[in-house]
Amino acid sequence: MLTKEQSESAASRTLSPATLLDIRKVAKTFGKSVVLRDISLRVAEGEFLTILGESGSGKTTLLRIIAGFESATSGEVWMKGERLDPLPAYKRRVNTVFQHYALFPHLTVEQNVGYGLRVEKQTEAEISARVEQALARVKMTVHAKAKPSKISGGQQQRVALARALVKRPQLLLLDEPLSALDANLRRQMQVELKFLQREVGIAFVFVTHDQEEAMVMSDRIALLRMGEMEQVASPREIYSRPATAYTAQFIGHTNLLRTVVQGGTVRCNSLSWPAPIPDGPALLSLRPENIRVAGSSGSQDAVRLRGQLRHRAFHGSTELLQIECTDGLSFAVRAPARSNWQSELEFEFDPADAVPVRESAERT
Amino acid sequence: MELLMNGAAERGSRWLTLHAALVFAFLYLPIAVLIVYSFNGAGVGGFPPRDLTLDWYRTLFADGAIWESVGNSLLVAACAVAIALGLGIPAALALDRAQFPGKAVFRRLVLLPLILPGIVTGLSLLMLFNEAHIKLSLLTIVLGHGTALISVATTEVFAGLQKLDRAQEEASLDLGANYWQTFLRVTLPNLKLSIIGAALLIFTLSMDEIAVSFFLIGRNNTLPLEIWGRLRRGITPEINAISTIIFVFSLAAITLWYRLRKAEGAPEVAAELIDTAV
Amino acid sequence: MFSRVYRTVITVPPLLWVSVFLIVPYLLMFCYGFWSVSPARVIVHSWSLENYHQLLRVDVYWQTLLRSIWIAARVTLFSLFLGYPLAYFLSFRAGARKDLLYQLVIIPLWVSYLVRAYAWMTILGSSGVLNTLLHYAHLTSQPLDFLLYSPFAVVLTLTHIYTPFTFLPIYASLEHIPRNLVEASHDLGASPVQTFWRVILPLSIPGVLAGATFAFVLSLGDFLAPLLLGGPSGIMISNIVVSLFGAAYNWPLGAAISFCMLILVVTLLFFSERLEKRWSFS
Repeated sequence: MLTKEQSESAASRTLSPATLLDIRKVAKTFGKSVVLRDISLRVAEGEFLTILGESGSGKTTLLRIIAGFESATSGEVWMKGERLDPLPAYKRRVNTVFQHYALFPHLTVEQNVGYGLRVEKQTEAEISARVEQALARVKMTVHAKAKPSKISGGQQQRVALARALVKRPQLLLLDEPLSALDANLRRQMQVELKFLQREVGIAFVFVTHDQEEAMVMSDRIALLRMGEMEQVASPREIYSRPATAYTAQFIGHTNLLRTVVQGGTVRCNSLSWPAPIPDGPALLSLRPENIRVAGSSGSQDAVRLRGQLRHRAFHGSTELLQIECTDGLSFAVRAPARSNWQSELEFEFDPADAVPVRESAERT
Repeated sequence: MELLMNGAAERGSRWLTLHAALVFAFLYLPIAVLIVYSFNGAGVGGFPPRDLTLDWYRTLFADGAIWESVGNSLLVAACAVAIALGLGIPAALALDRAQFPGKAVFRRLVLLPLILPGIVTGLSLLMLFNEAHIKLSLLTIVLGHGTALISVATTEVFAGLQKLDRAQEEASLDLGANYWQTFLRVTLPNLKLSIIGAALLIFTLSMDEIAVSFFLIGRNNTLPLEIWGRLRRGITPEINAISTIIFVFSLAAITLWYRLRKAEGAPEVAAELIDTAV
Repeated sequence: MFSRVYRTVITVPPLLWVSVFLIVPYLLMFCYGFWSVSPARVIVHSWSLENYHQLLRVDVYWQTLLRSIWIAARVTLFSLFLGYPLAYFLSFRAGARKDLLYQLVIIPLWVSYLVRAYAWMTILGSSGVLNTLLHYAHLTSQPLDFLLYSPFAVVLTLTHIYTPFTFLPIYASLEHIPRNLVEASHDLGASPVQTFWRVILPLSIPGVLAGATFAFVLSLGDFLAPLLLGGPSGIMISNIVVSLFGAAYNWPLGAAISFCMLILVVTLLFFSERLEKRWSFS
């Protein structure tokens, strides 16, 4: 089981490129409520990092602190070896794509995109060339002369993207930019954004509450819970080796088993199996897809369980079954969809798939 | 939204604060001076004020003509509220819900007195009363105030109607009540705050009204016109005293009105009056 | 949805009232403008354009009208100069005190016009508060007499009265600006000053137009301030109208001028509204 420090240093060790943004022990309090506690995070050059969390987790506040719209109560933010936090927002080489796009209603699409360049006092020639390029990249060239009120939400979002990217920032922040789009458009934009990021090569810090979105798009995920970092790791790592119970449950489905380990053997009600876990109580996370129909793998170490089928939920290619064992244990099992199941079933899983996780701290 | 600013922006912000403070001073100093000098022994003007006294208030309270005009004003204001609301509420309902020919023109006409200089409203009514051979009196003033202030009632009630949940009325009809019952039991209670607020405002405006009243006055004076008459004859600190009292009452009325509108959830209290007029 | 009876009840009474007390009077005023008055002070219903000819020919009317426009223009400009930064301050910088400050601004708005004009009379007079204060502080030896009974006094008083009126719609339009637009502007590199010129000001123009129109129209037609504080050099066009309905007894001529004022106001409103629509983006 990884401690918090171990998982963080593991994550940073896998970072080969240089650190772009260094958030050091940032905390934020609004009046009496503590929104962020002791956040430390590093963003590498060119990476797609997602800050994932429920509403109230502090993810938007963290983004706003990076952008410069809020100041941290304590802690520092560094970018490329220089302190970022004393600078006002308009002096930072960081740009934001806002949740509701925030396009200027009195300017055309073209003028919106060129706004940041005009403010920099670039030449007209330079501005129109770069605006054209930016619009082409997001496929909004044909709407260049339209006003924001005349284009759809998805189109506004592309314009917002172009407007931010045309400034060639060192870091792009995206505040739940896809949340207002409908499901199909959202999925399409996820892919497009990922491609765009690769093409442009800038680091993206993406905020969302949708864990599927985070997994699809990110190089790394930073999971935030009630103002603290639960885990920072790549999507695969965070999925297969969640650090805490909260992480295991927030990302994907899981079964949480309360077990006691004695002399290298895990005991959970009537089940037991050997595992290299220290003695004492242990909380284990077992993903539903890791539980298979008994006997199908032929593995000798598999742990068998038998129980009654209580409930099935049809998900298209798979089903999620609710199995209740005689000793009271309840499992969620993901199996290929079948038209009929027996009422009494036998399943098995590999001991290695039962991953130990920390308890998540109780917080008010 | 807090704002991190650099040096120049910070300094600009300080100038802005200073400007705001000066504007507040400009708005309130004359009134403050007025109030202070109502207690000034040496009377109006002169500096610095000294000899604190209540003499002017004593004179004021003994002044019968002033109190008669106050009575007249109260009467006129009450009637003006009745007329303005009695016509303004239906007008607001009509503008909100009904379609009829000439609706756009009607809307502009009703709101016109808000922005038209009082002299035009007053004179046009004077000509009407002249042609109709109606003698000028408190009645003509009531008619003038009522006409001018319908616009205030309409605007306030209209704003209240916008916030009304139409589904409530539909539910009432669905449950078997007819239009009148729905109006009395559902619509009116929801408009309560708007109507009270409008009444308060109309009353205060009528008490202070002078431009239209100027032309429609008969033998009985309203308070502003009584004060006006004295002003033409010369300034006395008694006027400071009555002005102070007027200020205190207006202050109370407007604060109350503001609270009512805020309770209703109207964000731009008072601005809609100008926006709709212009 | 609404029955015919209901619809009749809510439309007919107001329509009737408006016809009798607004439309008919305006029409009458229009008609009076073509009539004349006999030497015996009787209004003669003879139709001619004589009154309007007089308006065009006689100097004093033109001069007074121009002076009135100039006074109204100054009042409008000063009110905007005072009202806009105040509105900006309340909307963007006041924070928690916004509500209280807003109340403080609208209170003078509803306090009697007469009271406020009177207050300025007591301040500006030759033995008024200001002059005696300056004398007391040894800043002047003689009272400044341009302070009262002059166009200066009229402009000052009217500015005092109309500043809250310009403040209101400007404040409303500033409040309507979504704050994320300001953040977006900063994010793209614009300083607060640049953000003001490029984003906030353009979006507040409808409010500015509404406030300016209101202040201009009402100051132009004002007759009370000039009567109290204007003196002979501060006479405005409405004062002429007042005297024509009073001592000078020429109702038709007064009606003609009044009607012109009505047309002017309606025209200004029309153009103001058109401009506001062009500059409104929601």
